[in-house]
Amino acid sequence: MKHPYLRYLRPENVPTVFCPGCGIGIVMKALFQAFDELGYETLEEFVFVSGIGCSAWIPSPHILADSVHTLHGRAIPVATGIKLVKPDLNVLVIGGDGDIAGIGGNHLLHAARRNMDLMVIMINNQVYGMTGGQLAPTTPYGMKTTTTPYGNPEEPMDTCDIVASAGANYVARWTVGHYLQLKDAFKKAMEKQGFRFVEAVSQCPSRVSSRIGLSPADHIKYYLRNSVDIRKAEELLPEERMEKIIVGEYVDRNKPGYLEKIKMVMRR
Amino acid sequence: MSKVEIDNRLLKPGVYFMRGNDASVEGALIAGCRFFAGYPITPSNEIATLMSRRLPQVGGIYMQFEDEIGSIMAVLGASNGGVKSMTATSGPGFSLMQEAIGLAAMTETPAVIVEVQRGGPSTGLPTQVGQGDVMQVKWGSHGDYEIVAYLPNSPQEMFDMTIKAFNTAWRYRVPVVVLSDQMIGHMREKVVVPPYEEIEIVERRRPEESPEEFLPFSNKYLIPPMAVAGEGYRIHVTGLAHNEKGYPTTDYETVRKLVTRLVRKIRDNERDIAEYEEFMADDAKLIIVSFGITSRSAKKAVRDARSKGLKVGLFRPKTAWPFPYWRLQELTNNGADVLVVEINMGQMYRVVREHVRSSEVYNMPLTPGACPSPEDIYKKIEEVYPR
Repeated sequence: MKHPYLRYLRPENVPTVFCPGCGIGIVMKALFQAFDELGYETLEEFVFVSGIGCSAWIPSPHILADSVHTLHGRAIPVATGIKLVKPDLNVLVIGGDGDIAGIGGNHLLHAARRNMDLMVIMINNQVYGMTGGQLAPTTPYGMKTTTTPYGNPEEPMDTCDIVASAGANYVARWTVGHYLQLKDAFKKAMEKQGFRFVEAVSQCPSRVSSRIGLSPADHIKYYLRNSVDIRKAEELLPEERMEKIIVGEYVDRNKPGYLEKIKMVMRR
Repeated sequence: MSKVEIDNRLLKPGVYFMRGNDASVEGALIAGCRFFAGYPITPSNEIATLMSRRLPQVGGIYMQFEDEIGSIMAVLGASNGGVKSMTATSGPGFSLMQEAIGLAAMTETPAVIVEVQRGGPSTGLPTQVGQGDVMQVKWGSHGDYEIVAYLPNSPQEMFDMTIKAFNTAWRYRVPVVVLSDQMIGHMREKVVVPPYEEIEIVERRRPEESPEEFLPFSNKYLIPPMAVAGEGYRIHVTGLAHNEKGYPTTDYETVRKLVTRLVRKIRDNERDIAEYEEFMADDAKLIIVSFGITSRSAKKAVRDARSKGLKVGLFRPKTAWPFPYWRLQELTNNGADVLVVEINMGQMYRVVREHVRSSEVYNMPLTPGACPSPEDIYKKIEEVYPR
């Protein structure tokens, strides 16, 4: 029997290119389950836009839908262009932390500020995985990477915090260990207007797990042990927060999205 | 060829007194442009300003982005959504757009970029004229690709060539640049909008096959038909080297066919695309090659030289790329020398030297900030004229 979610994949590009034990497979399954539970038999109503990096390869070339694989960091403006001229399509951006929060950080900030009608999934493995495991803006303080051999002297950015402050309608972070919550966040985000941002913290077995001596499964368990719910995180001291992965919904509101805002100013 | 979509808010046929940058906007709207994304930069600002007012009037969308990279990427997004789209910028912004221009070339995404040149390098002279981006237009992004660049020398040509740029971009599926300059962009002059039925408008060639049979990057065509997002074709567009289905590949033979086709679709059609103007060039012993604002001074200098009995002519490329080298070769076959006049230290001069081997090629290196007067050019003519 064929797996029911194969209907969302381009058959000639299966199996996928991802490393064994990569968290991307879990994110893909959660996304497909979200499509399935929302009743999407095909993805004709969707356009996927991605940049460069492992996570950008989720839609391109795997997902069976219109997809545009663009430049490093530049998926969000391309997605914006498509959404503005094809407002009836659901436009989804999928990328990694280096792509979305690093090189593409400025586009992310402004798309969130505009409450642009896009959904962005950022898979955060805390390094640049495809290029060899270099320092990313999300790398925890002190962590050794291929380009911070003595440990990372930088403080990481809380991308969810920034996107929520900038004005997005929906922002949530879960790890791939929180499968059901992640799937539900995808579903919720898909049904909303405006800018929606879901971060999935994921293990990179090739560039991180192996360096710190964890199997992919143990890495997921480590994420689960180290996660703290956003409601409880407020009670933590700043230095305690830094040690933790804060999970949950950062914001969930229903401000008018950009397309609605255009109509509002035109009516004035 | 299709007709201009009659919209009573488009600029009506008639005679106008218009600024070059504004003429470009009205040409774009008549050509069918319905999406503009841009970022403020002198001396191209008037284009975005007028677009922000005019596009909503014709049912289009204007958006200012956080930078020029976002702007050109949104233009490519809108183009992949099936809407004719453009941006406008000047040198520094154009430099930022180079990676995206390579993406447009690789993914065969049509787009129009109006580049109003200012003095460089770097921040240079934001409000003063320059013509130093001739080479950047051609070689700015990495790898082998071909694009097209028009060289307007009047507000009328800002209008005409913006329309042509859309036609060429959507016919050949390439990014096309209207390479203007600060003086042409800001100049006000007579602009004639011809009757709409006389204006050629090109639309993208659409796929004839079903989504199951359609090969979006088929080598069967030099320029494959274009499917866009939301039409059911499940297009896969990538800047990676790709096969005929659009999927990434590292297969040498597949990549060879792709890159060859990307280059050939312009090179094989260079004589259809390239344009030029000649003025008293047939019997000339010295031919001035000049474009944009400098070609206007050069034309006066040619007249002055003729009145003094010097056989001088003008060859004005109206496209920098492809460069109409064959016509210049014909004009110089009889031994005529060439003088290249441009506001840079010798960019088109190199192109001319590449193609004119039988006679002397002189240039007049000019730093940015001013246009040479006809007298300046005449002095140079006297200096190099073959006696």
